[in-house]
Formats: sequence, C-alpha cells, structure tokens
Amino acid sequence: MQTAVANIWTIAKRELKGYFASPVAYVFIVIFLLLAGFFTFMVGGFFEQGQASLRSFFLWHPWLYLFLVPAVGMRLWSEERRLGTIELLLTMPVTAWQAIVGKFLASWLFLLLALVLTFPLVLTVNYLGNPDNGVIFCAYVGSFLMAGAYLALSCITSAITRNQVVSFILSVVACLFLILAGFAPVTNMLVQWASPWLVNLISSFSVMTHFDSLQNGVLDSRNILFFVSVMVFSLFTTGVILRSHRAG
Amino acid sequence: MIKVEKLTKTFGPKVAVNGVSFSVERGEVLGFLGPNGAGKSTSMRMITGFIPPTSGKVTVGGYDMVANPIPAKRLIGYLPENAPLYGDMTVHGFLDFAAEMRGLRGDAKKRAVHRAVEMCFLENVLYQNIDTLSKGYRHRTCFAQSIIHDPDILILDEPTDGLDPNQKHEVRTLIRRMGEKKAIIFSTHILEEVEAVCSRAIIIDRGQIVANGTPAQLKQKSDMAGAVSLVVNGVAASEATQKLGLIANAKKASVLREEGSRVVVRVFPRPDSVNGELARNVADLASREQWRIEELHTEEGRLDEVFRSITLPETVTEERK
Ligand SMILES: Nc1ncnc2c1ncn2[C@@H]1O[C@H](COP(=O)(O)OP(=O)(O)OP(=O)(O)O)[C@@H](O)[C@H]1O
Ligand SMILES: [Mg+2]
Repeated sequence: MQTAVANIWTIAKRELKGYFASPVAYVFIVIFLLLAGFFTFMVGGFFEQGQASLRSFFLWHPWLYLFLVPAVGMRLWSEERRLGTIELLLTMPVTAWQAIVGKFLASWLFLLLALVLTFPLVLTVNYLGNPDNGVIFCAYVGSFLMAGAYLALSCITSAITRNQVVSFILSVVACLFLILAGFAPVTNMLVQWASPWLVNLISSFSVMTHFDSLQNGVLDSRNILFFVSVMVFSLFTTGVILRSHRAG
Repeated sequence: MIKVEKLTKTFGPKVAVNGVSFSVERGEVLGFLGPNGAGKSTSMRMITGFIPPTSGKVTVGGYDMVANPIPAKRLIGYLPENAPLYGDMTVHGFLDFAAEMRGLRGDAKKRAVHRAVEMCFLENVLYQNIDTLSKGYRHRTCFAQSIIHDPDILILDEPTDGLDPNQKHEVRTLIRRMGEKKAIIFSTHILEEVEAVCSRAIIIDRGQIVANGTPAQLKQKSDMAGAVSLVVNGVAASEATQKLGLIANAKKASVLREEGSRVVVRVFPRPDSVNGELARNVADLASREQWRIEELHTEEGRLDEVFRSITLPETVTEERK
C-alpha cells in the first residue's frame, strides 16, 4: 500500500513537472481564467443580476470544460505510446493502475490549480455583498468533480489512439454527450417522442443534472457518487484498453 | 536468473516469436543476434513484462513474469529499443525520477544518480533538456536509467546504437565488467561486439532460435573455420592447389589471389580433421617441395559468415554456385 502511494505520487509529480516545464500549463491557465471571466461578466451578466452569487460563473463550467479539459487530457496516454515511454514506465516495478491513477491525478490536480486561481471572484462577491459561501464551496466541489469526470473520459480516448488530435476530438464528443443528455433544450425535445422514464434515465447520465444540484448548494452523495463512478469506470476502461494494446 | 520456456508471441496472423527457450545465469552475457524483424525486441519485451506472451513462460529470479510481475521487474534494468525518454525533463530530473520509481529516496537516490551519471559520462549534459540532446547522449541517458538501481539483470536492446566509437568501446567494457556479477541479455547488429563482450550468443531468425553457443562455437560453424590460408612464393598457382588438394585431410584448395610471383591459397579441411593438423600437413608439404612460405595461419571462422549462412541460406548457396 505504501509503495503504491509512493509510486502514484512519483508518477504524478513527474507528470506535473512536465506541465510546468513547457508553456502548456501557463497558456492553459491564462486561457481558462480569461474565458471564465469573459463568460461570467460579458455573457453571464454578473453585474446585471444584482445578486451576490457566483451562479453566472459556474453556469458556464460544463461548456468551458468541454474544450479545455480534453486539451489537458488528450496527451496523457497517446504521448506515452507515441514516444514509447510507456515501455519504460510499465517495465518499472509499478502496476498499470498505479500509472493510470498517477497520471490522472496529476492532470486533475492541475485543473484544481486552475480552478483555485479563480478565487478573486469569490473575494469580489464577498466584497460586494453577502453571498452564501456554503453554496459557493459546494459549486466548486461540483465543478472539480465534473472536471475529473471529463478528464477520465479523455484518459480513455488518449489510450485509444496515438494521435492527439483524434484523441481530443473523440473526448470532446464524449463529453458533449455527457452534457447534452441532460441539457434542457435536448431533454425537452426528447420528451416529445420518448417516454418520460427513458428521458429521465438518459438525463441521469448527464453531468448537467448532477452539476445543477451541486451548484445549488446540495451536497448530495448521489451526485458525488455519479462523478466518482464515471471516473472509476473510465480509468478502469483505460486500463483495459492499454492492456489490449500490449497484448497485440 | 532468467529462464524462458517455449516463448511464443503472435500479432494477428503473424508469428513474431515462436517457441523460444533459453536461460541465462548470473555471470553470463548473452548476445541476441538476428536479422531485422527476427523477433529480438519482441522477445525482450516479453522478458521484461511489457507485453504478455501468447504462450510460454518467463521466469526472472524465480518469479513468474505474468503471475508475479512486480518483484520480477524490480530485478531488471531495461533499455528499450530507440531509447524512449520524457523529452520535457532534464537528464538529472529524469534520472531522479527513475531512481524514485525504483524505490530509492534521499541519500541513496543521490548516490545512485551520481553513480549512473558517472558510468555513462553524462556530467556535461546533466541539466540540459532531453529534447535538445544528441542521439548518442539520449541513448546514454536511457542506458543510465537502466543501471540506476544496480539491478541483477540487465536487458539491453541495441545498447550501442548511435554511439560514437569511443562510447561504443566504453559501453562494451561496461557491459563486460557488469556481466561478471549480473545476468545480461543484449541485442546487437554489430558482430564484433558479440565476440568482444558475450559469453554466449543466440541467433534468432523468423522468431526461432537457429544457433546457440559461445562465440567460438558459433564460429566453428563457419565453412572457413579450420581452413588454412597461406601465401607462397615461387610456385605456380595450379601446381600449388593441385598438391595441396592431395593432402590427406584437405577437402579442397583454392586460389584466392595471385600477386606477381606470390600466390594466396586457402586449403579447406575435411570435417573429421583435427585442429592444427591441417596446418602441420601444409607446412610439411611446403618444406618438402621447398616452397617459400611468407605467411601461414589457420582461420578461426567468421561470425558474419556464420550469421549469413544461417539466416540467409538461399543466397549463400547461390553465391557458392
Ligand atoms: N505491436 C506489433 N504489432 C504487429 N506486429 C508487430 C508488433 N511488434 C512487432 N511486430 C512484428 O514482429 C516481428 C518482430 O519484430 P521485432 O521488433 O521483435 O524485430 P527485431 O528482431 O527487434 O528487429 P530489429 O533488428 O529491426 O530491431 C516483426 O515482423 C514486426 O513487424
Ligand atoms: Mg529490435
């Protein structure tokens, strides 16, 4: 157990260092902050709402992550396979799942860092009014979990192909599905020709449904469980795919 | 230390490795030879646990590689083909990572990195980004990674690929020295390397072992092994070959070259000829006939010839005709 944790941490550390050794990390963080600000203030009408809340900020997260998270996740395994470093990594005394978790964790922590850097918004609303900080915290947790779910899906697509562009596109499509399954305009349309229970079933697979309640400050274990199961399932699938490549 | 039994790997319809069995003990350096696509790298990938065999078994230090991979992998240092590296790291950062993955921490880690850097002559590029290294230095960095934990077993896939002659020499010396205490398998396309370093060599072709023995034993398989070459002066080529061909244990004699009055002849032995006997008989004949001999020696046989005749039987036969 101790060595498992040590191995995961060593792998995660290397991966994280890799982000910051190249401009990728800085470019990503700057773009993330700019886009988040743009959507919150320009599109979301943060000031016009006249409320001390971060609704207009979190509202856009499922869409913002749709492109940004696959951009982080697309290279996770495709790069290892393209460069052949996977051969180095998996002949060291680590199990495949330690490597998978380690690499996933590194990019998830990286996304967390980007998310944490939006803290000036929290300060701003607290300065302007009296927001419910519990709700804000809850929404942050939800956003972080959602990023993790997207990222885990990108893990799968990056294991499927050596080509980063293909990996990116596939994972955007997969994430888009997770959004649209519960996106109001889509579900409203579905209701017209599918029975409600089916629509409900489909939308229960959507990040929208689960992120909505977290956004509203409901820290429900079912929602958390949903995101965690998406991650566990995806990482497991990643392992299966990687193994099948090696089996030839 | 390494035991490979009936190892087989198929990729779809293609059989890359087919029923390969051998074992390597501590103190042995095993050379892995074979033409491109013979299955050397695929075998090594199975031995190091990177890809699972289709059938067969790999046992490393008593641990089954499929059933119990982690303790088995701990014993191994591996240099994959083409020396893959994380390009976004510095050499030092990378070796640090490799040491940590091998469970080394603190002072032990520092010492291990220092030792590997020294053995592979990486001081000059220690803080350079791997992406900007020349090919030889990349190779050395990956090699350093494989020896960082001073493993009992080393699997090296073309370790001297891309190195300059000095470095090739250094790496060979290193392998030979480490081979005294470790079990080493290494693949190469350079046959002199096999003679210089290996205690045993395996030639593998189309997935199967076609020869297995010490370099000297392999050389014996050469047609030329045991042949006597001589340079004589003052005798006609036809007369020399005719008389030499009549020696009891000579199969045939043929003229290689004529340079003015000197003739270069090679006499091939009969299969039952004892070592050295043919040379003695040739010398006796020469002194009886009062030929002036300028040079006379018994050929050891050449590995490249053995390699060619084993892995390319059709072409070699044609050339003979
Ligand atoms: N992942 C794979 N999928 C399909 N075929 C493969 C795969 N890996 C190797 N092969 C095939 O297996 C055969 C053996 O390849 P291998 O790389 O082991 O050869 P090698 O002896 O190392 O050759 P070289 O001297 O060129 O390095 C080749 O025909 C190769 O095309
Ligand atoms: Mg090879």
